[in-house]
Amino acid sequence: MSQDDRITMAHGGGGRASRQLIEEEIARRVGGTALRGLPDAATLVAPSGGLVFSTDSFVVQPLEFPGGNIGHLAVHGTVNDVAVAGGRPLWLSLGLILEEGLPLAVLRRVLDAVAGAARACDVEIVTGDTKVVPRGQCDGMYVNTAGVGAALPTLALDPRSVTVGDRVLVSGSLGDHGMAVMCAREGFELANAPRSDTGPVHRLVAAAAAFGHGVRFMRDPTRGGLAAVLDETVEGLAVGVRLEEAHLPRSGPARAVAELLGVDLLHVACEGRVVAFCAPEVAPEVLRAWRALPEGHGAVDIGAVVAEPGRVTLATLAGGRRVVDVPVGELLPRIC
Amino acid sequence: MRYVDGFRLPGAAKALTQELARLGDALGPRRVKLMEVCGSHTMAIARYGLKDLLPANVRLVSGPGCPVCVTDPGYVDAALALAERGAALATFGDMLRVPGSRGSLADARAAGADVRVFYSPVQALEWAEAEPDQAWVVLAVGFETTAAPLAALALEIRRRGLGNVTLLTATKTVPPALDALVADPALAIDGFLCPAHVSAIIGARAYLPYAEEHGRACVVAGFEPLDVLYGVKGLLEQLVAGVARVDNQYERVVRWEGNPAAQRAIARVFVPVDAPWRGLGVVPASGLALGPGLADLDASVRFERPVTAGRVNPACRCGDVLKGVIEPAECRLFGAPCVPERPLGPCMVSSEGSCAAAWRYSGRGAR
Repeated sequence: MSQDDRITMAHGGGGRASRQLIEEEIARRVGGTALRGLPDAATLVAPSGGLVFSTDSFVVQPLEFPGGNIGHLAVHGTVNDVAVAGGRPLWLSLGLILEEGLPLAVLRRVLDAVAGAARACDVEIVTGDTKVVPRGQCDGMYVNTAGVGAALPTLALDPRSVTVGDRVLVSGSLGDHGMAVMCAREGFELANAPRSDTGPVHRLVAAAAAFGHGVRFMRDPTRGGLAAVLDETVEGLAVGVRLEEAHLPRSGPARAVAELLGVDLLHVACEGRVVAFCAPEVAPEVLRAWRALPEGHGAVDIGAVVAEPGRVTLATLAGGRRVVDVPVGELLPRIC
Repeated sequence: MRYVDGFRLPGAAKALTQELARLGDALGPRRVKLMEVCGSHTMAIARYGLKDLLPANVRLVSGPGCPVCVTDPGYVDAALALAERGAALATFGDMLRVPGSRGSLADARAAGADVRVFYSPVQALEWAEAEPDQAWVVLAVGFETTAAPLAALALEIRRRGLGNVTLLTATKTVPPALDALVADPALAIDGFLCPAHVSAIIGARAYLPYAEEHGRACVVAGFEPLDVLYGVKGLLEQLVAGVARVDNQYERVVRWEGNPAAQRAIARVFVPVDAPWRGLGVVPASGLALGPGLADLDASVRFERPVTAGRVNPACRCGDVLKGVIEPAECRLFGAPCVPERPLGPCMVSSEGSCAAAWRYSGRGAR
């Protein structure tokens, strides 16, 4: 197929065109050993010690944005969900829903991103599915991935183990992904535009796993941002979180856009960050281990677990304190 | 960001906080209530937790200063009626959740209405040019700060000869609302923290009557945390000294006479009309409607769908909350049925309005 080609309904018809698309474009790029025979299902040997299983769907617009594309997200999203649940990611499935008319060049870039990200995460794509829908029935393409990982034996992650005095760590700057996508979607032309932080956190999780039960709980702050993750974690618990605004890591470009639009970066999605609740004695060690990794070089301690049931607060730069709540709905530009 | 960070310096905030404490002591047993008139002040106060930094005898009360929150349900109803007739609506994002009598723009969008969010009203013209067969209605909501660009927008629609764009106006001006507030003898407000960006248009001198005729301290202040603290300090200084005047502490943006070019643009395009404010009722001459020469750009004229006053639950006491007469929890509707997800009055519509904040800090909201 040539560079100018587009996806047609024939590519989803199950005939020769379908097979050609899958063999020449998809399997050639992303196929590991198990996918080579184009199976509808993969037969795998389960690791001992339990499995972690997760799935996620990706519908981002635009498909490509500064710092990555939907292919990177589809791998990192599921790898990270498996990782923060205490798993070492092993295998992914890849489901593609393609809109009739999607430029083949776009699909190729997305698939290359999937392949590159999977390699970098040391996961194998072992099964997949491709459907084509008529023009107008999806927005370019949607991607679903499901992932299976081996449970890391040393971790016992449970929000109920979070204790007063624990430290809250985050592996890097907040909200870059959400702001990058918002700028790309709205066509803001900025000299110094935010870049998505899309990336894997499994190595950060593995590094934290060395500290065993001192690591109480982890999450990746995606939709709803850090605020949503912290609020959900302490909901119904006898403890809360107190954040220090002075310590929150924020990149210059994301901050600038957030200030301009009146968006709180605490509510904005990251796609390559992890938040960990750690016992105070291991927190500095976890930070040191994270900072030794490229994806964790911006890791910081952002606050403490306190005896305030279910509440997340922020000690502001001005010296005041406020409740950090979850946004009611979507993030909207404000008039005031 | 260095132009922002300079107004958030922790050391300077601490010094101002100490100064506020000293002024609080100087007030003696007197308890004072100050109203931040503008929604952006309310946002800044909440975002930086500034209420914690005030002396115990000084309270900040949120005023009617968010143009979206005070939009009457009848306006939302009219917008939805236009959408039902096939118009695409172009709006600021925070209008989406404002309730009409039969639901919000967000509800209508979920049901299939074409509602698009702009970052600048000019985007609506690009959309209208890209889809010339589609009728577009710009939801023209805002105070003077927004009225100026909306005036420019109306003139630009005319200049480009765009026949498929109209404005549905609920544009408002701040001084008439303040007039209505100070006219109420029950108003328990000692001073006004006057708006920042609105004042950039109308000028600090617009507040003279509230100081000179009504004896309220007035300070124009910016939106950064240090600006707000400095503004409150200015108000307390007036109260301690027993004077009432207009101080402009936001001179880097606001001039005494305002922005004459913007004032001229507003006067050229709009005429004052009586307008309903959610929570305050109809306030004389507080609205801006398109002037006689531009009536064909008025969506309510083009679609023959006048905006009529909507129905707000008569038990809603936002007006009294705004005036500092009662606390949010004293309203019979507070918490049931009026909650942030299904707000009735402006104080609950705004995420940082007095009622929404009270709800959240009561521990019953937040999620």
